[in-house]
Amino acid sequence: MNLVSKFGTNTSGFSIITRRGVIKTIAAVCAGWILQAGAAEVNTTGLAVTDKEVTVGILHSVTGTMAISETGSVQAEKLAIKQINAMGGVLGRQIKFIQEDGASDWPTFAEKSKKLLVNDKVAAVFGCWTSASRKAVLPVFEQYNGMLYYPTFYEGLEQSPNVIYTGQEATQQIIAGIDWVVKEKGAKTFYLLGSDYIWPRTSNKIARKHIEKLGLKVVGEEYYPLGHTQFNSVINKIKLTKPDVIYAIVVGGSNVAFYKQLKAAGISLPKEKPLLLTISVTEDEILGIGGENIEGAYAAMKYFQSLDNPNNKAFVEAFKAEYGKDIVIGDVTQAAYLGPWLWKAAVEKAGSFDIDKVRAASPGIELTTAPEGYVKIHPNHHLWSKTRVGLAQKDGQYKLVYETEDLMEPDPFPKGYQ
Amino acid sequence: MFSDYTSAELLSIFAMQGFAGLILFSVFVLMALGLAIIFGQMGVINMAHGEFMILGAYVTYLISNLFATYLPSLFGIYFFVAMIVSFIAAGALGALVEWSFIRFLYQRPLDTLLATWGLSLILQQIYRSVFGAREVGVTLPDWLMGSVPLSETIEIPINGLFVMGLTLVIAGGVYFLMFKSRWGCQVRAVVQNRPMAAAVGINTAKIDRITFALGCGIAGIAGSAFTMIGSTGPTAGQLYIVDTFLVVVFGGAASLLGTIASAFTISQAQSTMEFFLSGSMAKVLTLLTVVGILMIRPQGLFAMKVRK
Repeated sequence: MNLVSKFGTNTSGFSIITRRGVIKTIAAVCAGWILQAGAAEVNTTGLAVTDKEVTVGILHSVTGTMAISETGSVQAEKLAIKQINAMGGVLGRQIKFIQEDGASDWPTFAEKSKKLLVNDKVAAVFGCWTSASRKAVLPVFEQYNGMLYYPTFYEGLEQSPNVIYTGQEATQQIIAGIDWVVKEKGAKTFYLLGSDYIWPRTSNKIARKHIEKLGLKVVGEEYYPLGHTQFNSVINKIKLTKPDVIYAIVVGGSNVAFYKQLKAAGISLPKEKPLLLTISVTEDEILGIGGENIEGAYAAMKYFQSLDNPNNKAFVEAFKAEYGKDIVIGDVTQAAYLGPWLWKAAVEKAGSFDIDKVRAASPGIELTTAPEGYVKIHPNHHLWSKTRVGLAQKDGQYKLVYETEDLMEPDPFPKGYQ
Repeated sequence: MFSDYTSAELLSIFAMQGFAGLILFSVFVLMALGLAIIFGQMGVINMAHGEFMILGAYVTYLISNLFATYLPSLFGIYFFVAMIVSFIAAGALGALVEWSFIRFLYQRPLDTLLATWGLSLILQQIYRSVFGAREVGVTLPDWLMGSVPLSETIEIPINGLFVMGLTLVIAGGVYFLMFKSRWGCQVRAVVQNRPMAAAVGINTAKIDRITFALGCGIAGIAGSAFTMIGSTGPTAGQLYIVDTFLVVVFGGAASLLGTIASAFTISQAQSTMEFFLSGSMAKVLTLLTVVGILMIRPQGLFAMKVRK
């Protein structure tokens, strides 16, 4: 009697050890051993990496009041991943992404980020837009040691080992913009306006400190809840106080209401009395606002779709080929596009997907193919980049009116502004 | 704050602020009238009210594109066409919704709450799938843009005046329908005593359907008007629904006059406080006041006197 029939049958007499079963088991063990051995150096922390694929996460709002702004980031990240895969992927592995919807709700962002890091074990997450969503996910990334590539321009005052900030921070965007409007347009009085959450409040705090440092005056400061739609009262207040500059940080769907009502109230932005300078309206928002309603406003960003350099021409062409010729590309969309490329460069420099090794390899990484020209990762996880000011046109694009000579060094904790 | 300005300037600012308050009042009335008819007269909690408004807005968007492509010379009047079509479209959708599931839920207010909430989610996703997740921009005809200078310093936005005029027309129309027409008489009879109304030969099912459709149609017109002052996106309806319910409940659910009175109170309070305090604080104080008054008088401002 052979061993199989003695030990390998169950009580009904059926054989549970079959030749097929034995071969399958041995094959599985070998495969597992090979995979584990092959993945050993590039993935020592159990991330979702195989010999053929690496999994990343995309976490943005595709529903809710922020969808108007975040849809572009998702498109940019997917395009970058597609282009990287076409070039052979990262460390020979194709990138697979899992997309989650934050639904413009900050607790949902935290919940989904935990799911991506703990359940899906992604090697990197490209996500978030508002500062509120970033603050909500930060503890999750720091607890589970993930890496977030965050594309939005924001207020600074943060420097996490688990985030790479591909958008500008306050000193790069706010201070340079105010300096320009004071120098070029002789502005002396400012009316600060914003949506009521951390980014506009902190940005206006920094703006106010800088304006008062220059010896100029802030004549009003107002906040309205996100999603608010009636701005006639504040527009009357602006008419009453007659500032030289309206410094507007209205975000999301409220933008549409604000600019429509501003125009309806007879404030004609091209006349520049008052002049409107914003840091929250990109080409994406103008789609909803309507170019004719915001024509004449100035925006301080690091990227405009109309930038005239070979990298940007190729980028815009690829974007339009992928998403349609009427698509628009804003500053955050471009910064989101940089995320996967910067991650790829760091992984290849480190030779591994391990978060700690990627983090160690990131400072100093340069990207000369960036649509905005050139960027470099600073040891504080932000990017060196230029500041630009654009004038909104009727067709929904911005015309570049000013660009800093040199790259601005990111300084998330500027002295005297805290 | 007021010391640097001449009295003429102050006067004009207060005049403009008064108009801003009236415009906000008109917006609230437009939003709330449709819901007041459905909730007040029929006891149906329609959580999808915002989405009916947005249907009107999307219809306006489609019509503006239609006119821009095929009838550019008539672009100036497209808005009136758009409002009529919005009314019909939203009304038709309302009738369909009422026929398919609302009519089974009349005695079950909590179930209508859930069912219409589900409907609002379904409609939002339909908008997202058909029109895209991003907001769409509606081009206004030229005569609606800009402002009217009443004096050298007082400027009133034209679309605000339009909204005020529209509200007057619709409120007047609803008043006439409800209190001066045969149909209105039937609706009030059904609301006050359904079995008796059926006993005297009123077709209660048909009355219910037409009332619901009318409420939704008014919501459609409101949404159409709001393309001038706000954004049009799949979730834009959610921006209005809370304020709408607030106005209706505060006014006393069964009373249309109550709705108008409460819209006036809330809008004036909010716009005045917005002027003197910051935007968020004004909203907080307005809501606290409403909560306080509702705690003292839960039936709202105007309650129907019923002999019990």
